[in-house]
Amino acid sequence: MMAGRKAAWHINPAYWFLAPALGAIFTFLFLPVAAALLLSFTDFDIYALGNPDFLRFVGIQNYLHLLQDPLFWKALLNTAYFALLGGPLSVAVSLGAALLVNAKLVRCKGFFRAIFFLPVVTTLIAVAVVWRYLYHPRYGLLNYGLSLLGIGPIDWLGDPHWAMPAIILMAIWKNFGFNMIIFIAGLQNIPEHLYEAARIDGANAWQQFRCITLPMLGPTFLFVAIMTMIGYLQLFAEPYVMTQGGPSNSTLSIVLLMYEEGFRWWNMGYAAAVAFVLFAIILAATLLQLKFRRADDA
Amino acid sequence: MRRWASKVLLYGLLAISAALTLLPLLWMLLASFMPAGSSNTYPPRLHLSEATLVHYTALFTRLNLAHYLLNSALLSSIVTVVALLFNSMAGYAFAKLNFAGRNQIFRTLLAALIIPAQVSMLPLFLLLKHLGFINTYWGIIIPGMASIFGIFLIRQYALSIPNSLLDAARIDGAGEFRIYWSLVLPLCKPILVTLAIFTFMGTWNDFMWPLIVLTDDTLYTLPVALANLLGEHVQDTELMMAGAVLTVLPVMVVFMVLQKYYIAGLLLGGVKE
Repeated sequence: MMAGRKAAWHINPAYWFLAPALGAIFTFLFLPVAAALLLSFTDFDIYALGNPDFLRFVGIQNYLHLLQDPLFWKALLNTAYFALLGGPLSVAVSLGAALLVNAKLVRCKGFFRAIFFLPVVTTLIAVAVVWRYLYHPRYGLLNYGLSLLGIGPIDWLGDPHWAMPAIILMAIWKNFGFNMIIFIAGLQNIPEHLYEAARIDGANAWQQFRCITLPMLGPTFLFVAIMTMIGYLQLFAEPYVMTQGGPSNSTLSIVLLMYEEGFRWWNMGYAAAVAFVLFAIILAATLLQLKFRRADDA
Repeated sequence: MRRWASKVLLYGLLAISAALTLLPLLWMLLASFMPAGSSNTYPPRLHLSEATLVHYTALFTRLNLAHYLLNSALLSSIVTVVALLFNSMAGYAFAKLNFAGRNQIFRTLLAALIIPAQVSMLPLFLLLKHLGFINTYWGIIIPGMASIFGIFLIRQYALSIPNSLLDAARIDGAGEFRIYWSLVLPLCKPILVTLAIFTFMGTWNDFMWPLIVLTDDTLYTLPVALANLLGEHVQDTELMMAGAVLTVLPVMVVFMVLQKYYIAGLLLGGVKE
């Protein structure tokens, strides 16, 4: 009897250390994700919010409805546009900045690195407000700069063709510093003797970049590409503040649609289906990139 | 000669990109000191002919900004302290303690990193509403108590603590919690600073979740208050810029002072296993 009691007291202390964090993650992340899946099979709406008795199980109705909702397709296309154009552009700018800052001839690297990184730490909402004014068709700084180059005024946020490019431009400005840091670290891990050998063989700067820098950055690229893709597919605050999804829904994103459906109109069952489609897309995109990478390695 | 030319080219490119990067922030700062209406001119001004503090005064007196500033500071500090404690305990356990299923649990957590936060938001809202935490700070603090990324960061760092050190303390009769508190935590100080910056900035900058949870405007955090202010004062460019400056400034100062830790943490998080 004593032995049994003693054993009960001897819970592995590791579990005491894990319990608070894992308990919180389980209750406030894993459980809600599982519940979201269930929610997406119900017609949870504002009436159910008041009285759960109104809740009905509707099977895959929400998903079927989604496929016929032009707004959902619009949001999906917009999000894909943002991620597929903005993502690679943003990675390219990051790589460019990393190459510049990391160039051997450049001193005060820390200074430039800090400047390029500054937009990353700013509050998205605040800088989105700032960019709203920079994009002003008459008084905005951007159109003024373009007019000096002889380019006519563009109604950045008011023209359905330009609103998404405007949001992409702002997102690149806000985010490129993050990936730049990762790329700089990747560049510094490339052994110098590879470049020396290439120079002896007469390779020029472009050939060195294409045949040494790019392949050696492979793992870094994978990480950066996945993280950027995941982040960009979750576009929300920029259109919320700058365009409210307009004009004519040209900047409506998947997450903005989910927010509007779920927390504005309280169609939570439908919104959960939207959220799960986003999840599925992110999962598929990640697996696809990992697979590409493996195929490359093989 | 060629070396000289490429140096000029490099520095030229760097200077132009740095200027372009800073321009939006610089304009924000300048416009915030301009008299009402004078940032809306053509051509746009990039200098101050007359500086004024009226927008800052208006924000602090009429528009209650000090209140939101305090809300954000308080909330971010609380979340940071709790998250540091919970994540460091779990991160240390994953790095240095033996228990059944250690690797499986850790791998599950890492895989869960790709779950977008938005997927959990709807049921989380319902759960917190059921518990009576909606429209209170608990609704923000509780989901922020632990993060997978935080556990990962601490674990990566704690792996480098020598086992012999921990064993020596055990032989001396120190309890497990004592070892964590007075041996492991001091050793992990650099990564704790890093995680503190990440958590503080993340909570400070967060917009979507506070927007959902906080409905009472006296509870608003600074970003939510700013977005709300934009609704009423969209024409008052200079006032909005002053609000943006006040929102951005605290996190920028934190970053500038603790830059070293921030970058180090970013790299530790970015380096693959």
